[in-house]
Amino acid sequence: MQARGGTFDEMFDEAGNTRPAYAEYCRWFGEQPPELMRRKNREADDTFRRTGITFNVYGEDAAEERLIPFDMVPRIITAAEWRRLSRGIEQRVRALNSFLYDLYHRQEIVRAGRLPARLLQSNDAWLANMVGFTPPGGIYTHIVGIDLVRTGPDEFFVLEDNARTPSGVSYMLENRETMMGMFPDLFSRVAVESVSNYPRRLARSLAACVPPAFTGGKPVVAVLTPGIYNSAYFEHAFLADQMGAELVEGSDLRVTEGRVQMRTTRGYKPIDVLYRRVDDEFLDPLTFNPDSMLGVPGIMDVYRAGGITIANAPGTGVADDKAIYSFMPEIVEFYTGEKPLLPNVQTWRCADKDSLAYVLDNLAELVVKEVHGSGGYGMLIGPTSSKREIAAFREKLVAKPDNYIAQPTLALSTCPIYTAKGLAPRHLDLRPFVLVSPEGIDITPGGLTRVALKKGSLVVNSSQGGGTKDTWVLKD
Amino acid sequence: MLGRTANSLFWMFRYLERAENTARLLEAALRMALTRDLATAEAEWRSVIATLGLQAAFEANHDSYDGLTVWNFVLRAPGNPANVREMLGAVRFNARMARTNISSDVWEAVNDNWMKLDKLLARPVGQTAVGELLASIRRTGTQVHGAFDGSMLRDEGYHFARAGTFIERADSTARILDMKYFLLLPSLSYVGSSLDTGQWEQVLRSVAGARVYSWLNAGQIEARGIVEFLVLDDRFPRSLAFCRNALRDCLGALARTHGVEGGAVALMRDSDTRISHLCVDQIFEAGLHEFLIDFLARNAAIGRAIAEDYRFHA
Repeated sequence: MQARGGTFDEMFDEAGNTRPAYAEYCRWFGEQPPELMRRKNREADDTFRRTGITFNVYGEDAAEERLIPFDMVPRIITAAEWRRLSRGIEQRVRALNSFLYDLYHRQEIVRAGRLPARLLQSNDAWLANMVGFTPPGGIYTHIVGIDLVRTGPDEFFVLEDNARTPSGVSYMLENRETMMGMFPDLFSRVAVESVSNYPRRLARSLAACVPPAFTGGKPVVAVLTPGIYNSAYFEHAFLADQMGAELVEGSDLRVTEGRVQMRTTRGYKPIDVLYRRVDDEFLDPLTFNPDSMLGVPGIMDVYRAGGITIANAPGTGVADDKAIYSFMPEIVEFYTGEKPLLPNVQTWRCADKDSLAYVLDNLAELVVKEVHGSGGYGMLIGPTSSKREIAAFREKLVAKPDNYIAQPTLALSTCPIYTAKGLAPRHLDLRPFVLVSPEGIDITPGGLTRVALKKGSLVVNSSQGGGTKDTWVLKD
Repeated sequence: MLGRTANSLFWMFRYLERAENTARLLEAALRMALTRDLATAEAEWRSVIATLGLQAAFEANHDSYDGLTVWNFVLRAPGNPANVREMLGAVRFNARMARTNISSDVWEAVNDNWMKLDKLLARPVGQTAVGELLASIRRTGTQVHGAFDGSMLRDEGYHFARAGTFIERADSTARILDMKYFLLLPSLSYVGSSLDTGQWEQVLRSVAGARVYSWLNAGQIEARGIVEFLVLDDRFPRSLAFCRNALRDCLGALARTHGVEGGAVALMRDSDTRISHLCVDQIFEAGLHEFLIDFLARNAAIGRAIAEDYRFHA
């Protein structure tokens, strides 16, 4: 849809004046010769290609590697805004972990009548064999990505929680490296919070969650990737490299002597903490999908016996479910005893009769999403869809209302991107990355800003043609 | 280090070496074809295909050995699964597999060159472009080795990579020598026969040894000297002796860091006692071809033993 009048632009106010956060950037931008900026813009792509920051597109030729388009205009957040956001994020992540613990133990929230039991029964990500088990350190979501959208000066909403395997953090890091490489002078003029120690913090956070079987010394951490053809292989290799961890595939691993061990040039060596980028269902062919070649037969038994830490814990995907999302305000309140600092987007659960009726009457205005969907697939954006698309979606919705939730079409904020014709506003969101360990919650300032590159588009997913920006949190 | 990663480093450098050696072989043939008559040129292109062991695949697709057809076949033909484009792809594939164990400098040297060369090799390579293209392939090796020497930790990964380099290089030098010898001296003994010095120079050129050989030998081209140079001179980095010394060092370093000597060290020792004391006359007496075939088999066996010793495969 076209951005409606009243869309909040992050850089310019209604009168066209530069907002204070962008003042110095805009001054700098105005001083740059246009030809230089054009050249830098071309060079950015080369930088990404050379360093190999590419992703593979599912369903295409295995050799096909694409770039996620990078926009060289940063998205800037003030220190005060960030303080407020990070308090809200921390509260939400704390609640998520308590919630997951409760779900797999006494289910107090269900007993208290605050969450319908059917939401768990119908949830594909629910893992019965996690019931009664407490992961090492009591941590379920070691790494969380919280998707935020903005609609006004003080209006931030949580659009989605990614408790399963949030991706994109390598882009956050490489975008910054690229910006610093391209415009070193800019960073001497604007004081920006650093993001570069994320891999170190991740390594420390993972090492703080050793399993009971850990025998001392330096914990052995490994990143489990589905392999070189996975769309996020670059990120897996990048994180392993930066953390000083081994990058392993299922074929490198086997279970012996009650441990998950990797085949090294010196023989098999036990792993203490496995940061897995493989979905639950492929993790253990003995427990889940028997055809999986990506996992390790027997790893779940080792896990339950305390032989390894798996991050994030199996079964955390329950919390990513969009029907659960609609209960997040209650969930935050139930576990923290506080009102949520970051509001949800208003959500209609199509499983409710009344809500379904409302949604069906207003399809052309709403965004309808699959409860378990992700990546921008399987959703309807009413205002940009044709009558025929809406009619087709209506049939799916009526056939399986439990499978859907609906939200108003938000006027997502915009920020300019660099185009051949100058700066042009595009809609964006923000995914901050949060690390959770027994030592506490650690939020990297900023996160990944995803931006729709098509004029008026509200879809920011990279799989759907979205790009990314460097995200700055200003120092006080 | 993971066994799989060690395997990737080993093969990354084998393919890199293979691509470079193949480019040198083509460069030498190209030069010869330009300076000699048509029949000699055709024989030279034929020997390139034979040296690379591609006769069957080539003849299944082509009837005649002209330069344009041969270099396109060797460089990029889909009918030749062992083409240089595939080799460079394999270098990059293995570099990506071992990405966490190579430096950014090495990765960028691999990736930069691959991006450029893969695009060039996607289309037929014409007469005017081939020279520069072959030089670029050769330079890829130079750049990757340079980045490697300047930025890699001297740990086991370094030695696996170098083991791959020298096994492949020794294999290549031995094959080139064997092929030329076979073509030049089908039944003669080497002593006193009047040789086509151009052909022998060609051998030297194929292994980048022409300049240094004539400097060492005051321009005298003769079979005995060339064989001695390529087999026994441990100062020349593409000679069999040099490659064996370097490989021996790698195996020793690996055995020391791992605290055990595996099958590869044993095979190396065995071949040391059999061949390292031979002088050039003894080699010719027993037959250069027989010597080279034995050498190739031992070299390959050491490669297999490394994979076994260090758990390259599950």
